Amino acid sequence: MAMTSDQIKGLILEAFPDAQLELSAFQNDNDHYSAVVKSSAFSGKSKVEQHQMVYEALQGHMGTTLHALSLKTQVLVE
Amino acid sequence: MRTILDQIQDQVNAHDVLLYMKGNAKFPMCGFSSVVIQILKNLNVDFEAIDVMQDNEIREGIKVFTDWPTIPQLYIKGEFIGGCDIVREMYQTGELQALLSEKGISYKAAEN
Repeated sequence: MAMTSDQIKGLILEAFPDAQLELSAFQNDNDHYSAVVKSSAFSGKSKVEQHQMVYEALQGHMGTTLHALSLKTQVLVE
Repeated sequence: MRTILDQIQDQVNAHDVLLYMKGNAKFPMCGFSSVVIQILKNLNVDFEAIDVMQDNEIREGIKVFTDWPTIPQLYIKGEFIGGCDIVREMYQTGELQALLSEKGISYKAAEN
């Protein structure tokens, strides 16, 4: 019931190919992570929508196999 | 037939500031819920907290209602504001305080 950082990165980058992604583990338990995701796909979206897009990218893992992902999203300006 | 989603809608309508959380305001059972409680307390905002651990239907229902997979979830005047990360970011930038003012909800920032 956990995810490796590579799995999380893979899913996010698949959904946001242009993303600049920083992922760190708070605790080395494969269950508590912190991510900063910057992508041009967030342009014009509210914060709630931006986070929903990332959760969508995680395909149902958020809140289930992945317990805690502290998330920060930013619009990537070219 | 009334569903759990109707019941959640009633709760959201009934309280200007409503937090779905794990545990209660005195004893949050999760670090993320605790952060939001601390922010609301720092702002001296009147709020209602619903402990999702007391009711599994609410716990699962709120995720569907909001289309948001995690708890806590903060509602202000019926509008979903965000989870812990968004609320903390808005508090730090002052956006949360601006939103409360705009919605006519009184708050008083704690002295540092």
